[in-house]
Amino acid sequence: MEQKEGRFGVHGGQYIPETLMNAVIELDKAYSRYKNDPEFQRELTALLNEYAGRPSRLYYAEKMTEKLSGAKIYLKREDLNHTGSHKINNVLGQALLAKKMGKTRLIAETGAGQHGVATATAATLLGMECVVFMGKEDTERQALNVYRMKLLGAEVIPVTTGTATLKDAVSEAMREWTNRIDDTHYCLGSVMGPHPFPTIVRDFQAVISREIKEQILEKEGRLPDAVIACVGGGSNAMGAFYNFIGDSSVRLIGCEAAGRGIDTFETAATINTGKLGIFHGMKSYFCQDEYGQIAPVYSISAGLDYPGIGPEHAWLHDIGRAEYVAVTDEEAVNAFEYLSKTEGIIPAIESAHAVAYAMKLAPQMDKDKIIVINISGRGDKDCAAIARYRGENIYE
Amino acid sequence: MSKIKNAFQNGKAFIPFVTCGDPNLETTEQLIRAMEKSGADLIELGIPFSDPTAEGPVIQGANLRALSGGVTTDRIFEMVRRLRRDVKIPLVFMTYANVVFSYGTERFAQKAAEVGMDGIILPDVPFEEKEEFAPVFRKYGMDFISLIAPTSSDRVTKIAAEAEGFVYCVSSLGVTGVRKDITTDIGAMVKLVREANPEIPCAIGFGISTPEQAKKMAQHADGVIVGSAIVRQIGELGEEAEKAVSGYVSEMKAAITI
Repeated sequence: MEQKEGRFGVHGGQYIPETLMNAVIELDKAYSRYKNDPEFQRELTALLNEYAGRPSRLYYAEKMTEKLSGAKIYLKREDLNHTGSHKINNVLGQALLAKKMGKTRLIAETGAGQHGVATATAATLLGMECVVFMGKEDTERQALNVYRMKLLGAEVIPVTTGTATLKDAVSEAMREWTNRIDDTHYCLGSVMGPHPFPTIVRDFQAVISREIKEQILEKEGRLPDAVIACVGGGSNAMGAFYNFIGDSSVRLIGCEAAGRGIDTFETAATINTGKLGIFHGMKSYFCQDEYGQIAPVYSISAGLDYPGIGPEHAWLHDIGRAEYVAVTDEEAVNAFEYLSKTEGIIPAIESAHAVAYAMKLAPQMDKDKIIVINISGRGDKDCAAIARYRGENIYE
Repeated sequence: MSKIKNAFQNGKAFIPFVTCGDPNLETTEQLIRAMEKSGADLIELGIPFSDPTAEGPVIQGANLRALSGGVTTDRIFEMVRRLRRDVKIPLVFMTYANVVFSYGTERFAQKAAEVGMDGIILPDVPFEEKEEFAPVFRKYGMDFISLIAPTSSDRVTKIAAEAEGFVYCVSSLGVTGVRKDITTDIGAMVKLVREANPEIPCAIGFGISTPEQAKKMAQHADGVIVGSAIVRQIGELGEEAEKAVSGYVSEMKAAITI
């Protein structure tokens, strides 16, 4: 969907220090070569299927459908992937690519820890070193994932600069990459950053919508009417949307984290409250003040607690192909509990944002309509935080 | 061509950097005057950014202090206007793309030129993206200063060929900050620049803090840029930093004057 190389409308580009330019050019060349290499694709497919457990199920949520008494609801079960989220799709692709490029070390940022865990896992599997940058605040609210990364042999570096959350972890990973490029690949976790990352990550995540399409055609004999996914940087949403972009009958709905509400400062809803800017290597929408200072955003969900959004989403918004709605902490927590109690599926608090919007939308739609919700990850990691949100103090 | 070339006509140029508004704009203004008197040939004025991805901990800290103190781009423009009543040496801004873009690139360039700035350095705008910015600044008589890095290799020639003002040669991998050793072959880097563009001065920055390092670097280039070593002094001494910073600038200028 790119027009000019690395651009999505006005968005995208390569706004990075000169020190990194040859590294991203080298990555672009390697990716162009391997993406059409049958041997590479065969190896990647084998890893995705045999190791990560793909294809993931498209599950008909019958009880939820009955209770909401509107559109038929299907859940794309990315939570069932190895490591517990969609992040593994991208990481296996990038790690394999990095290995082909002769890199021996992976660095990554992580918010909720899902991308960090996936990267640590891939590094272990492929025999690579791994360093993960994680905001200090996130290491505290996602302590279990920190332990998992360490158990997998990764070094976890708590980032104390700025707001000590995802954006600062990205900044620190970028700084580290400028420091050590020769043997190191920056395994970026979302459809963001400088070209070619938004394209690479989207392509590796596009397996989600490829499978949804096949599965829904098999089950229902037609395309869905809406695909709903949560959006931070936007990798699971981009993966779930991508193969439907050309199907204009399919509504694509991204759910941003509104935090305590889009009329408060404690929000991370970029499309709803941000404006056009340049940050973390890309032009896109960012939460920022009138002088371009990046805003200290907030969401209960560490994975959506990011002040920007991937450039292809920004473009899908501009051309009106996708809609971006805001979902508050409270709505997401309710949906987290609702899906657990209704279907026996505990979604990640990130994915619960998408569930929350589906709960509003489904009753407004006819019973012959179909909604697919991308359950991007599982919620085990969030149980302690949600318990605390409900005033119950449990130990992890 | 702006008056940046004047900075390189007084022997090797000494180019200090300060973050505007650290700890407040009155101190910055005083420091800029003091540095000119102590022999600075050109001064880089950092406009603070919330998330300076090319900076090490020292300048990150200065950005944070400045922003917490309430400094804004408009207040920095007003400071430059006051400085230009007497400060004669070339001044360039160093900031991040979003600070310029969000202000409106045209509006920013016009205002910067009007208050008396001579150039701009945007470390997150490489060669591939510079056409969005460089022509706008050129229109208002300001130079868009390009950086080359130890990893630039085959890119040096095209960057140097289109360079304006001076070429900022990044001495080392990584972010800004004081370094004990600089291992990059600076001589070879500068030679490539000169082959592509014999007219353009080269200044070396990143990691330089001691007079010995400055002297060594100056043998290969036309100027030496020092940021973190000065910002660290300001971080420690705050409003009382003038004497220490003046002394340091004189010492560094003397070290590179052969």
